[in-house]
Amino acid sequence: MAFTLYSLIQAAILCVNAVAVLHEERFLSKIGWGVDQSVGGFGDEPGVKVQLMNLVRSVRTVMRVPLIAVNSVCIVLLLLFG
Amino acid sequence: MDYNATQSGFRQQPNMRQRNSSMEGPDGSQLFEDTSGAGPRTQSGYRNQQTEPQQAGFAGQSLLSDPMSNLAMAYGSSLASQGKEMVDKNLDRFIPISKLKYYFAVDTVYVGKKLGLLVFPYMHNNWEVSYQQDTPVAPRFDVNAPDLYIPAMSFITYVLVAGVALGTQNRFSPELLGVQASSALVWLIMEVLAVLLSLYLVTVNTDLTTIDLLAFSGYKYVGMIVGLVAGLLFGRPAYYLSLLWCCAAIFVFTIRTLRLKLLSEAAAEGKLVRGTRNQLRMYLTMSIAAAQPIFMYWLTYHLIR
Repeated sequence: MAFTLYSLIQAAILCVNAVAVLHEERFLSKIGWGVDQSVGGFGDEPGVKVQLMNLVRSVRTVMRVPLIAVNSVCIVLLLLFG
Repeated sequence: MDYNATQSGFRQQPNMRQRNSSMEGPDGSQLFEDTSGAGPRTQSGYRNQQTEPQQAGFAGQSLLSDPMSNLAMAYGSSLASQGKEMVDKNLDRFIPISKLKYYFAVDTVYVGKKLGLLVFPYMHNNWEVSYQQDTPVAPRFDVNAPDLYIPAMSFITYVLVAGVALGTQNRFSPELLGVQASSALVWLIMEVLAVLLSLYLVTVNTDLTTIDLLAFSGYKYVGMIVGLVAGLLFGRPAYYLSLLWCCAAIFVFTIRTLRLKLLSEAAAEGKLVRGTRNQLRMYLTMSIAAAQPIFMYWLTYHLIR
């Protein structure tokens, strides 16, 4: 129960890493979550699955480069301070 | 008594009066204990320097009339105001200060009515937020508007009551206050993020801002405080009873408040509208409301033994 803000940051970094590791053509297309399958109909009916796929794709696009920096900082800090 | 020496030179007379009075009663009748290292020696040191600060004070006044120092003071104050402007501008980019001010525009009547609503929402009929030319009315004028004063105050009160509860079980230590506060804050942040994520996934077009969600999630602390205080005063059965009452109240409050914001017009008035989107929205409202009692129980059960 003793959560700290630091553990929240750790959990957030781990989750974002997990989303960023999902490969587009090796994995997502195989299970039907690729970007080519998300072009649904027009109108205001995107649906939960399409929104989720868009979210995964945008997280991967946006967070690729910052994650490199954040992960390196995290690795160095964990090596130094345990 | 230590910080007398570090006060500015502008208030010389009261300083010396204080030092005199502290030294005139060294034979036991001091008001406060002098905890500054070697007592009498430093006091005699002050006695020698009594005349010197006076001279320094006079020299300081002549220092201020010097044109060079005038220039320096003017430059320093303009630098300070520039720095303040920059800080304000940058801070405003991250935390919208002007929007936050809206949420704290409350008065006593509003707080009283809102607290009553949080504990007994069953008689209230009109849950709509009134608008004034497209902007929501300040909470002072509308009891349905969300505010941040009650959640902030009740969060702090919850941490303090948790400290008291731990103290009655001899489990208290000052670090635990910080642990409780950061735990509750982390759960609050996770709940707001989860609600934001689910709102995004269900593509609800609503005017609920993040701060609104923070306010609604913070309202459950009031019920938690009521339950904890009842448990401390009257024991476990009272804790369970009052927690049950407050959970039901927060459940109804959340559903009635969020129904108007999340659901479409027709569904909000109670008519059954078919369609998967409205069903999803209804499920979303119910799950947000159901998460409140769960959190209320989760954050308080370990404090009542």
